[in-house]
Amino acid sequence: MKRWLAGGSVLVVLALVGALASPYLISLLTIVLLFTFLGQSWNLMLGIGGQLSIGHALFVGLGAYSVALLDVKYGVSPWIGLLLGMVIAGSAGAVLAWLSFRFEVRGIYFALLTIAAAEFARIMFGGWEFVGAMQGLFFPAPTGAIDISMLRGDARFYYFIALALAALGIVGTEMISRSYFGYVWRAMRDDEQAARALGVRAFRHKILVIAISAATAAVGGGILALVQGSIFPDSIMGMGLSVDVLIGPVVGGLGTTFGPLVGSLAAIPLNHLMSALGDCLRIPGLNSIAYGVVLVLVVWFLPDGIWPAIVRLGKAVQLPSRLWLLQPRKAEE
Amino acid sequence: MLSLWLNVLASGILLGLVYGLVALGLTIIFGVMRVVNFAHGEMVVFGVYIGYWAVRLWDVPIIVAAAIAAVVMFIFGYFLETLIVKRFVNRPHHYQFIVFIGLSLLFSGALLVAFGPDPRPTASQLSFHTVSLGFVTLDLARLQAAATAGLLITLLGAYLKFSSFGRSLRAAADNRLGGLVVGLNIPRIYAVTFGIGAACAGVAGALISPLFDAQPYLAVDFTLLAFVTVIVGGLGSFSGALLGGLMIGVAEAIAALMFAPSMKTALPYALLILVLIFRPRGFFGAKEI
Amino acid sequence: MTALLEVKNLSKSFGGLVAVNNVSFALEAGRITALIGPNGAGKTTCFNLVAGAMRPTSGQVVFDGHPIENAPPELVCRMGIARTFQIVRPMRDMSVLENAMVGAFSWTRSVDEARSTAYESLESVGLAGKANARTDQLTLPDRKMLETAKALSTRPRLLLLDEVMAGLRPTEAAGVVRVLRKLAEGGLTILLVEHVMRIVMEVASRVVVLHHGAKIAEGRPEEVVADPMVLESYLGAGFHA
Repeated sequence: MKRWLAGGSVLVVLALVGALASPYLISLLTIVLLFTFLGQSWNLMLGIGGQLSIGHALFVGLGAYSVALLDVKYGVSPWIGLLLGMVIAGSAGAVLAWLSFRFEVRGIYFALLTIAAAEFARIMFGGWEFVGAMQGLFFPAPTGAIDISMLRGDARFYYFIALALAALGIVGTEMISRSYFGYVWRAMRDDEQAARALGVRAFRHKILVIAISAATAAVGGGILALVQGSIFPDSIMGMGLSVDVLIGPVVGGLGTTFGPLVGSLAAIPLNHLMSALGDCLRIPGLNSIAYGVVLVLVVWFLPDGIWPAIVRLGKAVQLPSRLWLLQPRKAEE
Repeated sequence: MLSLWLNVLASGILLGLVYGLVALGLTIIFGVMRVVNFAHGEMVVFGVYIGYWAVRLWDVPIIVAAAIAAVVMFIFGYFLETLIVKRFVNRPHHYQFIVFIGLSLLFSGALLVAFGPDPRPTASQLSFHTVSLGFVTLDLARLQAAATAGLLITLLGAYLKFSSFGRSLRAAADNRLGGLVVGLNIPRIYAVTFGIGAACAGVAGALISPLFDAQPYLAVDFTLLAFVTVIVGGLGSFSGALLGGLMIGVAEAIAALMFAPSMKTALPYALLILVLIFRPRGFFGAKEI
Repeated sequence: MTALLEVKNLSKSFGGLVAVNNVSFALEAGRITALIGPNGAGKTTCFNLVAGAMRPTSGQVVFDGHPIENAPPELVCRMGIARTFQIVRPMRDMSVLENAMVGAFSWTRSVDEARSTAYESLESVGLAGKANARTDQLTLPDRKMLETAKALSTRPRLLLLDEVMAGLRPTEAAGVVRVLRKLAEGGLTILLVEHVMRIVMEVASRVVVLHHGAKIAEGRPEEVVADPMVLESYLGAGFHA
């Protein structure tokens, strides 16, 4: 339960920060929380479902475009756009998974298929006039007035939406993890053959976990589009976004409930700091170098991520009682 | 009209040979080490910069620049493997992926710091010369790059097939444990393999430096292109890399003729998706990985 | 006695190699049957054909009146046949209890029900005390029993055990024998693939002997042991206990 106390108090602190902090800090933390949520969606797929996606930008982008197109072109509420995005991205994920697992394309081949699909979609959207092509789509300039039905408001409004999403992601991950699906998926992740011999219908469960992960990523993408106020295929569906999505859970701890939050809190501010420093010193590649070094070092020295290391530290300090509960659930191939 | 098509086809085949060399580097590394080098594009771009600087500083022919790139990138790959990559060889794919993403960010960041974001065209005299063969007119830079790439692919194939080191390399690719049992020096084989893979990428980069401006952001495109090529041909297959390179080269050339330029780059991915769906292991792919 | 499982003229070849050649036998409900034979006799292939992990080249496997030879493993399991793996395959990142829960999800979606079933399974193999341990903390005999417990959680009518006693010391094997007897008394039908002859004699009520992929004998243990064909082909290689 200590874990929940720690995680819960982080959320309370974040809520207080939202009420008090400066606009810059708020907009930075909004991005952190949105990527926490996106990281959770990715984490569900690999950390629990055992399926590696390196093209998550596809699902994020589909969600973002669903919201932006309906809102910008037809004035339809982003709530509808979010729903539509979930359906489209979820179906895209399911179709991709179905096509691939039907022919036993798995492991690294599946991962490469996700990236190919994402790149294909990025290029197609970039050449498609209806969705704004390379010029992208722009939401109307914000008036600052809060309108929940159109999901419009100031920076603080979006901050609390992102916070709610991240909290929802944490609770959702934990609920799934403790449900029938969590057990079946983890069994499938650890050893698919053995799980099938125990009656796990792996084919449909793999499709299901990918569809759910894709649909939640689309929600994150839709909100990200609203926060940014504009979307472009290269940034919202690009390889860079796919990498940004997975950095949080990897740095924080794969397959853990709080890993994506902790990882995003560590990685994204670092990235911003380094870009600022790079701009300041007129060295444009600095943030890229810092990001790269952090990734290599984390996988090298903390392969389970930061969060399990914190948990271990807590265990070393306190006497273990029911601490097997705190065992990090890490993913293996 | 016919001659236009022939020209396009020919230039696609020529560039395809260079793509084949890039893909060969990736596929050799994967075949032997079961590691997917997601920083391969950066290594190609290193080669492009080596070509750029060699021509600019010493005004050497591209062939000499390619030789320099081969040596530099082999050493680079060898030490990258012994210092970093070898620690992750036996880890799950997603860890390897993250390490290589980290490395590629590091490399492209380093390129940005060193040379800035602006494209640098290599001033090779070759770029302006063309050769006419009846219907087909080819530019010399492309022809030379393709010929060198083709020669290198042949030599490398012969080396892997007939030399004793090449044999032990293929044995290690076949069965790592077996290789260890019969006393192969696996760590050295891995380092050399990674060196060869990096050298292939570097040479290809230097060869195309008259065709592509040196620019850090090229790397992602080359990485993805190498993947597409290798998967279309079959991960880990020598002839697959070559065939994949030719297919992608030709597909790109045809797409440039038929579709809007922005769509041209989508065709390789469409091809890849089709291949993965209908021939999941590629045309020459290994049965299991 | 009615046959719960019937194997009819089952064959499987890999390329030119015939691993299982026209094998037929039947399992009577509530009994322990053993499938034995020297190394390479085709026992494990035969086992995998029944469990749905492989498809036969020809022949039929009929379970409770339904042909199952082309069913995938998860369906075979859901019909009431559970198996263990010769090389134990615990889910490494899940506790012993969680491992045992997975099988229960083949018939329930309730986590509580799965948990109580898993406890029962662990209890019946004597692992209840280690429910919260991690699987890598278990000894080999315990891991073998965990495999059995995982299979039991699926509530099978037929339990297929692949060399559960291989690599165990005699005292440990005796413990396994007690567990199997108790399960059979509870009405479970068991097919045992074993290499260790003596234990099979103790626990099985019927024995099927394979050699070079073909069935060479079938009957009560004492009959089979007396069969000169069996003695020559199998025991002739050294009757080891």
